[in-house]
Amino acid sequence: MATATADFDVRKSDSLGLRIQHILHSNPILGPLAVLLVAIIAFSIVNGRFFTATNLSLVLQQVTVIATLALGQTLIILTAGIDLSAGAIAVFSSILMATFCVNAGVPGIIALLLGFACGTAMGAINGFLVTRIKLPPFIVTLGTLTIFFSLNSVVSNSETIRGSDMPSLMTWTGDSIPIGNFRLTYGSIIMLVLFGFFFYALRSTAWGKHVYATGDDAEAARLAGIRTSRVLFSVYTVAGLLYAIGGWILIGRLASASPNVGVEYNLDSITAVVLGGTSLFGGRGAVLGTLVGALIVGVFRNGLQLGGVEVVWQGFAIGLLVLIAVSLDQWIRKVKT
Amino acid sequence: MTSDTDTTPASPRHAADRTPVLQAKGLVKKYGRVVAIDGSDLELYPGEILAVIGDNGAGKSSLIKALSGALVPDSGEIYLDGRQIQFRTPMDARSAGIETVYQTLAVAPGLDIADNLFLGREQRKAGPMGSIFRMLDRGHMRSEAKRHMSELGVATLQNIGQAVESLSGGQRQAVAVARSAAFGSKVVILDEPTAALGVKEGNRVLQLIRDVRDRGLPVILISHNMPHVFEIADRIHIQRLGRRATVITPKSHSMSEAVAIMTGAAEPPPHTA
Repeated sequence: MATATADFDVRKSDSLGLRIQHILHSNPILGPLAVLLVAIIAFSIVNGRFFTATNLSLVLQQVTVIATLALGQTLIILTAGIDLSAGAIAVFSSILMATFCVNAGVPGIIALLLGFACGTAMGAINGFLVTRIKLPPFIVTLGTLTIFFSLNSVVSNSETIRGSDMPSLMTWTGDSIPIGNFRLTYGSIIMLVLFGFFFYALRSTAWGKHVYATGDDAEAARLAGIRTSRVLFSVYTVAGLLYAIGGWILIGRLASASPNVGVEYNLDSITAVVLGGTSLFGGRGAVLGTLVGALIVGVFRNGLQLGGVEVVWQGFAIGLLVLIAVSLDQWIRKVKT
Repeated sequence: MTSDTDTTPASPRHAADRTPVLQAKGLVKKYGRVVAIDGSDLELYPGEILAVIGDNGAGKSSLIKALSGALVPDSGEIYLDGRQIQFRTPMDARSAGIETVYQTLAVAPGLDIADNLFLGREQRKAGPMGSIFRMLDRGHMRSEAKRHMSELGVATLQNIGQAVESLSGGQRQAVAVARSAAFGSKVVILDEPTAALGVKEGNRVLQLIRDVRDRGLPVILISHNMPHVFEIADRIHIQRLGRRATVITPKSHSMSEAVAIMTGAAEPPPHTA
């Protein structure tokens, strides 16, 4: 009876541009996926060595650490935050694990867990400063970035610890399963499992909904009964654990733990998230996009390298991609209602 | 909403000797030396729409915040179904069955309609999938959301998986009202629900509010829009200088008389409702 009393107009968008805008708006992963496919096809045509199992497994190995860090970064950016200290936490955790087992003789598994605990605690510090002291995430993580990097040098004495000195558990993430010529490392498997886990957690649990709602409009989320501080704290803490796992994968990848790596990881993780279509303004995006974003960075670097393009111009190309991705995000956000 | 046979407007909406669903007695709230509410009363009876009007600074929003748990009054009493209660947080009021739709709407634009309806009250699957894997019962929530929306006659919102930001202002308001109607078991409080809407959409939201009332939930409506208030309210509570000046009905007084009482240009008459 009452069904016809309060019907609301549904507006139709006609032009092609608007329709594309709407499609991207409801399926934000399509943009990055298209970029990735075009890049793979283009590089395969330009250079016959690109689309080989050996090279593709190299690309995957190269993006594994960044993708893991970018996963934590995605959670934070979904809440409209940012984490500049992602790489610093990963490197510090890796050095701590290595130092514990090599210099202190702690068994591998214990050293590993201590490293994870340390990364989690560092993430929790960020979360504490953001939710309790109510500082902007950018400032908080700028500060902790500097602190964690200086701690790196203190703990490691600015020395690199070789993987061959460590228990095999430490470098296990660099071991691989051969699938034909494709070498799938355990590190990559861990990374993919983590993506699957957070894909599920964000889509199918109340926590995931609360992460999106908090990033979308924190005040509205609070009024709807969500304890936004708790959500934010959990996100920073979980991200810290993910960075520490990234640190473990890093040891396997480099076969060493060094305080001198990872400076670029902080920004690269943000790059992957942005390229993956997650909005820096929060509330919009998905972890699968981030995986695609990380792969875009890896494919571009690898493809340009094979094409003989100098490293500086690789950076130039990635930077350009980021600007395009952010402009696209702005445009998609302006969907008419 | 006139001659529908399947809806039964709770008939005698006029007060008299029935127990109020929600009652406030002598509420006081001071901020330092500023008195926001100064011994304000309020009664809401079953099955009615009570409009609360008043000039800026008359204490409407403080009064409403006290009833929805968003502020704790310094003194005074609140009764729900005749039993005295105290709200320390908005959560307390919600769990007591009082749902508030804030002017800021409190919806998450990026989430879909079903997610928004259940925001903060998500339902998990039964069995180990829910308890161990914390999996949400999306199918159930969607069908429930659909049921609530169509019960309120929001017919064209076909796609319950549509993001709220792709909806018009009136449709968003409809989602917020539907949420309060779905979960409010005692009282629904609406703060300026038509303020940001055009004429057509405003009228549809008014219809929604009537539907909520006709389903048996009493509504407190805060509004500056006199035509809307006079169109929809059963009784009108006029707040002035931190107190209730009087209660009138759309039949007993005209709009200009109400404005005159509100602004102090006319003496408040004794309660006519």
